[in-house]
Amino acid sequence: MTRSDLATATPSPTEDAARGPANVGETAAPGYAFLNDQDVAFLRAAVDRLIPADDYPSASQAGVLTYIDGQLAGVYGRGERMYLAPPHRTGTPEQGYQLGLSPAALYRKSLDALASHPLGRDFPSRPGAQQDAFLRELEAGEWMLGDVPSAVFFETLLANVIEGYFADPLYGGNRNMAGWRMVGFPGAYAHYTQWVGQHNVRFNRPPMSIAMRRDAVSRPGPAASDPRIPESARPRTKPRGTR
Amino acid sequence: MAKKLKPVDAVLVGMGWTGAIFAKELAEAGLRVVGLERGRMHETIPDWQSPAMHDELKYAVRWGMMVDVSKETLTFRNHSDQTALPMRQLGSFLPGTDVGGAGVHWNGQTYRFLPSDFTLRSHYSKKYGRDFIAPDLTVQDWGVTYPELEPFYDHFERVCGVGGRAGNLKGQRMPGGNPFEGPRSREYPNPPMIQAHAGALFEKAAASLGLHPFPEPSSNMSRAYTNPFGAQLKPCMYCGFCERFGCEHFAKASPQVCVLPLAMRNPNFELRTGAHVNRVLLDASGRRATGVLYVDGQGREFEQPADIVVLCAYGLWNVHLLLVSGIGTPYDPATGQGVVGRNYAYQTTSSVKVFYPPDVNINPFMGAGALGTVIDDFNGDNFDHGPLDFIGGGYIAAHTTGGRPIMYHPVPPGTPRWGSAWKRAVADNYNHVASIDCHGSSMSRRQNYLSLDPTYKDAHGRPLLRLTFDFPENDRRMSRHLTDQAERIAKAMGGRLTDRSDRSDTYSIVPYQTTHNTGGAIMGTDPRTSAVNRYLQSWDVPNLFVQGACAFPQNAGYNPTDTVGALAYWSVKALIERYLKRPGPLVQT
Ligand SMILES: Cc1cc2nc3c(=O)[nH]c(=O)nc-3n(C[C@H](O)[C@H](O)[C@H](O)COP(=O)(O)OP(=O)(O)OC[C@H]3O[C@@H](n4cnc5c(N)ncnc54)[C@H](O)[C@@H]3O)c2cc1C
Repeated sequence: MTRSDLATATPSPTEDAARGPANVGETAAPGYAFLNDQDVAFLRAAVDRLIPADDYPSASQAGVLTYIDGQLAGVYGRGERMYLAPPHRTGTPEQGYQLGLSPAALYRKSLDALASHPLGRDFPSRPGAQQDAFLRELEAGEWMLGDVPSAVFFETLLANVIEGYFADPLYGGNRNMAGWRMVGFPGAYAHYTQWVGQHNVRFNRPPMSIAMRRDAVSRPGPAASDPRIPESARPRTKPRGTR
Repeated sequence: MAKKLKPVDAVLVGMGWTGAIFAKELAEAGLRVVGLERGRMHETIPDWQSPAMHDELKYAVRWGMMVDVSKETLTFRNHSDQTALPMRQLGSFLPGTDVGGAGVHWNGQTYRFLPSDFTLRSHYSKKYGRDFIAPDLTVQDWGVTYPELEPFYDHFERVCGVGGRAGNLKGQRMPGGNPFEGPRSREYPNPPMIQAHAGALFEKAAASLGLHPFPEPSSNMSRAYTNPFGAQLKPCMYCGFCERFGCEHFAKASPQVCVLPLAMRNPNFELRTGAHVNRVLLDASGRRATGVLYVDGQGREFEQPADIVVLCAYGLWNVHLLLVSGIGTPYDPATGQGVVGRNYAYQTTSSVKVFYPPDVNINPFMGAGALGTVIDDFNGDNFDHGPLDFIGGGYIAAHTTGGRPIMYHPVPPGTPRWGSAWKRAVADNYNHVASIDCHGSSMSRRQNYLSLDPTYKDAHGRPLLRLTFDFPENDRRMSRHLTDQAERIAKAMGGRLTDRSDRSDTYSIVPYQTTHNTGGAIMGTDPRTSAVNRYLQSWDVPNLFVQGACAFPQNAGYNPTDTVGALAYWSVKALIERYLKRPGPLVQT
C-alpha cells in the first residue's frame, strides 16, 4: 500500500487472472467462503463506520459481512457478467470502470494491500474518529492498494455495504429486515391497490421478505411504538386519506 | 462451416417488441417466418412470479434481465480524439435480452411524439428562421408525419392497453388530458391509473402555476383489459417492482403478454431461442440480403436463408449488425458523409427532489413503472423558443416508481455519504420525498455517431460497436431551462426543501439515465442522409427492413416505445400490402 502519488500505471491482467483467485475458500475464515481472518477484521470495523449502530443495527450486525462474502464467492465476485477483456487503459471518469479486475480480484488485491500496511492492520483497534479519517483518505483516492486506486475499492465497498443493508435477507444481509424497518420499506409485497390512492396513509404492516410465508404478514407492526416517528405520523388503525 | 437451413420467407433478428409485432403480422399474411432470439424464453408464469421476482438485488442492481456485457457490449468515448474504452458493466442504459427484449422490463410510459417533432427542422426553420438551429446539429425531418402515423399509434396503444386521458380528440380540446398533444382519433383504451400522493402534490402545484398537469399514459393496466387480439391483461397492483422486472400480474404490456402468443399459435411462425445472429448475408451484388448467419448455444453456426430480413435486435444492435455486415456506407464525422451510425442521439434527463416533513408520507414503494402526473408545457415547441437559445424540450413528471431502498434512499443536500449522519438522514427521509423527473429531448449533431471499434471484440469475435457521444450545447441549455421549470414547480409543492440534480455537462456512461438510444440507421427521404426510407426499408438492400428507435433522426422529449411500435406497424403494413406484391424499393430515389 502506497500513497497514490507513487502510483504507476495500472497493469493489464489477462482475462483469466482478472476473474479472480481460483482458490476461493481455501484460506477463508471459519463461516466464510471468501474472506480470510484479516479481511473480516478490517471489513467488520470499516463497514460499521459506514453504517454504525444506532436504534437500528450496524452493517455487520445486520449481516453485511456475510452478504459481501457470499457475493464475492459467487457470480458477482467472479465478474461473470463484466467485460474484462484486455487491453486495459486508464480512461476518463465518464468511461467508467476500466481496471479489468473482477470484484473478487479487486477486493483480494485491496484487502491484501491493506493487511500489509500498519494503517490497515491496526485499523480495527483505532478509535472511530481515526478510522473515519482513514476511510476518508481511501474515499478521496489518496492511496494505492497494490495497483488498485483506493477510491475504486472504497466505492465498491460502499455500494456493497448499502446493498447488503437493504437487499432481501435471502442474501445474508438486512438481517431481520432491519434495513427495511429502518426506512419503512415493506419488502416483497405484491399489491397496494387499496392503499395507493389513500394519500398520506402510513403503511404500517411489518415487512415481508422473499423467504417469508405470506400468512406471516398480518401481525401489527412494531412501528406503532417507534419513538423516531412523530405522533402525527404514527400508524392508525384505519388508513387516513387527505382527499 | 455453417450448416445451411431450409429457406424461409422472412427471418426476424431479435424477438422483443418489434420482433413480436413482425412475427404475428407476417405469419398472418401467410409468410413462413423464423424469429431468432439470442436469449431464452421466459414468461409471466412461471418465470416472473412473486415473491421471487421482488428481488431488487438480482433484477434491478445486478441487471438480471439485461444483456450480458461479458459477451456483447460497446466501447465509448465523448469525442473522436479520445480512445473509446469498453463499457465493462452496464450503467447509462440497459438493453434487454431474452424473448420480449427490453419490452419485458420496461416501465410502460407510453407517449406519442408531437406533430412538430416529425418535421423538426422545417418546423423550427419556418417559425424561428433558418439560422435558429445551431450549425452543429444534424437534425432533420422524419419523412413521415404525425397524421400518417396516428392510426398506427392508436393501434399499438390498443395492443398495449394504454391508460390515460385524451387532451385532444380529433382537434377538440379535452379537459384533464395533455392539451399540447396531436389530435387523437379515439380516447385511450383505458382510463388513467390511480394517482399517487406525489402526483397529487405535483398536480396541485403545477396547476397553481398555470401549467397543465395530466396523468401519464401508461401500459400498466388501470383495469382488466382484453386487447384487439384477445390477449387478456389484469389490473396493475402497484407493487413497485416494475421497471427492470417482469410483471407477475399480467398487468404490464409486454411482447409475451400482448402479441407473441398470437404468433406462437400460428404454424407459419417458428421461434428459435439461443440463436445469436452475427451477420446479415448478402449476395454478390451487395444489394440483396440472402439470409442471416447465427450461432446457437453450443457454438454451432447456421445459415438461415430468407427472402426478407427484418432487424428487430434493438436500435444499437441493429446498427451494429448493419456495420458488421457491410450494409450501407458508414458515417464519417470528418466529412459528414455516410449514413450508418449517423445521428445517434439519446435523452437528456435531470431531476429535482422535494423533501417533506415527517408527517407527509409519500410511500414511494406503492408504485408502478408508468405511475405519474405530468406536464408537457415545456416539451417540443409547446412554448415560445424565440427568446431562448435552444430547440427542443421535455416533459416534467412526478413519478412514483422505483422506490426500492438499495437504489432509492434520498438524503438532503449536504448530508455526508456514509456514517451515522447519513444513516439517520436515510431513515428520516425515505418516505418523505417526492421526485420530479425532467425527460428532455436529444438533438443529433455532427460529432455524435456509432461505428465499429478498432480494438475490442465481442464473444463472437466481431468488433464491438463504438459510441462517440457528448451532449450538444443545445441540449445542455435545454436541460437547464427544463430543470429550472421543474424546480419552480418543486418549490410550489410545499416541502421543507428542494434539491436539484442537473445532468452533468459531459455525458457519462456510468449513471443510469434511460434506455432510449436512438439513431444510427435513421429514416428519411434522401439516401445521402438516411439509412432507411420512410417505411424503414434499407435504401441499399431493399429486402432488408430495420426496426427500432435507430430510425429516429433525433430524439424527442418522450419515451420512444409508442413511436417504435407505431413505426413497426406502419412498416409491416407497407411490407405486406406493397412490398410483397412487388418486391423492390418502396420509395424510388
Ligand atoms: C429499464 C427500462 C425501462 C424502460 N422504460 C420505457 C418506458 O417507460 N417507455 C418507453 O417508451 N420505453 C421504455 N424503455 C425502452 C423500451 O424497452 C424499448 O424502446 C423497446 O423494448 C424497444 O423495442 P425493440 O424491439 O427495438 O428492442 P427490444 O424489445 O429490446 O428487443 C430486442 C431483442 O433482440 C434480441 N437480440 C439482440 N441482438 C440479437 C442478435 N444479434 N441475435 C438475436 N437476437 C438479438 C434481444 O435479446 C432482444 O430480445 C425502457 C427500457 C428499459 C431497459
